[in-house]
Amino acid sequence: MKNVQKSKRANKSLPFFFKDEFKVSFVIIFISLILLLTTFTFDIVPPILNRGIQPATFPKALLILIIAMTLIVYYLATKNPWKIEKKLPRSFFLTLFSFILFVIVSKTLDFFLAISALSIFVAYYWGEKRLFYLLLVGIIFPIIVFVFFETILGLRFPPGIITNIYYS
Amino acid sequence: MLAPLFSSKLLLILFFGTLFGLILGVLPGLGPTTGGALILPFTMTLDPLSAIVLLTSIYCAGTYGGAITAVLINTPGTPAAAATCLDGYPLAQKGEAGRALGMATVSSTVGGIFSVVILVFFAPILAQLAYEFGQPEYFALAIFGLTMLASIGEGSPIKNLIAGAFGILISTVGKDFMTSIDRFTFGINELTEGIGFIPVVVGLFAMSEMLTQSTLINQVFNRIALKAIKLPSKDDYKKTWKTILRSSGIGSFIGVLPAEGGTVASLIGYSEAKRFSKNPEEFGKGSIEGIAGAEAANNAATGGAMVPTLALGIPGSATTAVILTGLIIHGVRPGPDLFREQPDFLYGIFGAMLIANILFFIFGFFGAKIFARITLVPNKILWPMIFAVSVCGTYSLNQSIIDVWIMLFFGVLGFFMRRYGFSVVPVIIGLILGELVEGTLRQSLVIFDGNWLMFFTRPIALTFFILSLIALAFPLIRSRKFKKNND
Repeated sequence: MKNVQKSKRANKSLPFFFKDEFKVSFVIIFISLILLLTTFTFDIVPPILNRGIQPATFPKALLILIIAMTLIVYYLATKNPWKIEKKLPRSFFLTLFSFILFVIVSKTLDFFLAISALSIFVAYYWGEKRLFYLLLVGIIFPIIVFVFFETILGLRFPPGIITNIYYS
Repeated sequence: MLAPLFSSKLLLILFFGTLFGLILGVLPGLGPTTGGALILPFTMTLDPLSAIVLLTSIYCAGTYGGAITAVLINTPGTPAAAATCLDGYPLAQKGEAGRALGMATVSSTVGGIFSVVILVFFAPILAQLAYEFGQPEYFALAIFGLTMLASIGEGSPIKNLIAGAFGILISTVGKDFMTSIDRFTFGINELTEGIGFIPVVVGLFAMSEMLTQSTLINQVFNRIALKAIKLPSKDDYKKTWKTILRSSGIGSFIGVLPAEGGTVASLIGYSEAKRFSKNPEEFGKGSIEGIAGAEAANNAATGGAMVPTLALGIPGSATTAVILTGLIIHGVRPGPDLFREQPDFLYGIFGAMLIANILFFIFGFFGAKIFARITLVPNKILWPMIFAVSVCGTYSLNQSIIDVWIMLFFGVLGFFMRRYGFSVVPVIIGLILGELVEGTLRQSLVIFDGNWLMFFTRPIALTFFILSLIALAFPLIRSRKFKKNND
């Protein structure tokens, strides 16, 4: 309880644009406004085909609702500030980076290689240094999953340097 | 009721579904929702009944499985087991882990079976009522479902509403189903078909949890050793039978309401157990009634949540949203017609839930010690493996790499949503209900010739709108009452 009060006090002392409630509300409203502007680019249906409302009306209403509710959340947060969240550790950013790495490798090189690389990378940075376990999560298990999906579900994985060898 | 299940294939599926559900429930961060979403692509090779039997058995067993971790390592395996930690772990610390787990197993089974009975009786009645529903009534019902989610879900009601509205917004991505006009596709061809349910669920639950676990890699769990699980004594039964029955009723009722099902049910079941107890001072220190109250309620919510899912096509919880997707993927349309046209299919589901409850009692009773050991699998091994299954499972549904990227995007989004107090469950329910909300609204406006006020001339729709208003006002009344009591 004391810690919460302490963090609340700390939160109050920050300038408003550094506070989580401002940053979160700002991001939601900013993205909602961009999406709201996008709805104005939707095609308009001629009255004869229009059933009930225009296709853009419903998303527009939702976005306005989201913006309005976010403003309420922010207003309430000014009265009762959110507690300050702990700083994210390095392991989080490394995991996030591994997601980006996965997207790049799966797009440019190979889907299997991307899974394998991410698994080894994450396992290693989360503290697994034993080679056998790294091979287990990075190679043996993805092979089992691949073969299972390929044979049981009849799935065809996207082409890539390793997947092509498997299919040939 | 059990006749459709008398095939070796279905019994085998039930067996493995229950086993798999227990394992998922035991592992913190996983659980029946994530597990159901991960298993969904595999069900494509099964017939509809087998697929739904698999999903429902995972649902029942996974909900119970969370109690094992709650009692032994003070970490709920599933959110629904959070209230079980309050008394389960203190009792285990006193050297009575076996007794705590025994009570959790018995009360979960009783709660689960009680809710199946409720399901069998009430789902057909609700389905019969649904014959009276037209488009405006379904629209009002969907709105009621979303407001209930905000009102009795976890966390801030307004944040829940924002998350629900966001879920509906996601459902508008792609070609408009009435006019075929592209919305929010940004020129990406793959988005014209819309954003699939599986990438969103796997992302919001599994991938966001992986990111959460990445922040906890140095966390050490103190696991209490379990010698053997013990059946509750006569004295324990005497103390708890009323609590178990009360919580079973509460859980089933909460489950029927479209909300977060088990999590809310267990908290209410627990607090009611405390309110009615002769020894409320024991709560939080290892009260056997506390365990019974929480566990009977969260398992009773499983059958309750299946009532609106099957009768109306409105999911009663996040896991039933996955089951609903499973039904739709397999070409089964939930609603009143299902009760008239495919009674065998429904009885198969009811029977599967009944047997799953008995099976997890047996597995839990004889295998809790083994399941407890699963918690020893280190996260650094477990989560890369879950990643591989998540990626392949998500890719498999449409064989689209874009789906995998969408899953990762929602993983990151889900992590930050949870960090800042936005529940991800309303997003899932919003996504599921989105098409229903928009479709029924637009069709109603066609019927009403654009006159919005006509909604209020329909008694059933009006009732749902009034209930929605009450649901929205409820958190305000609750917080005022809380403030008043504190003053």
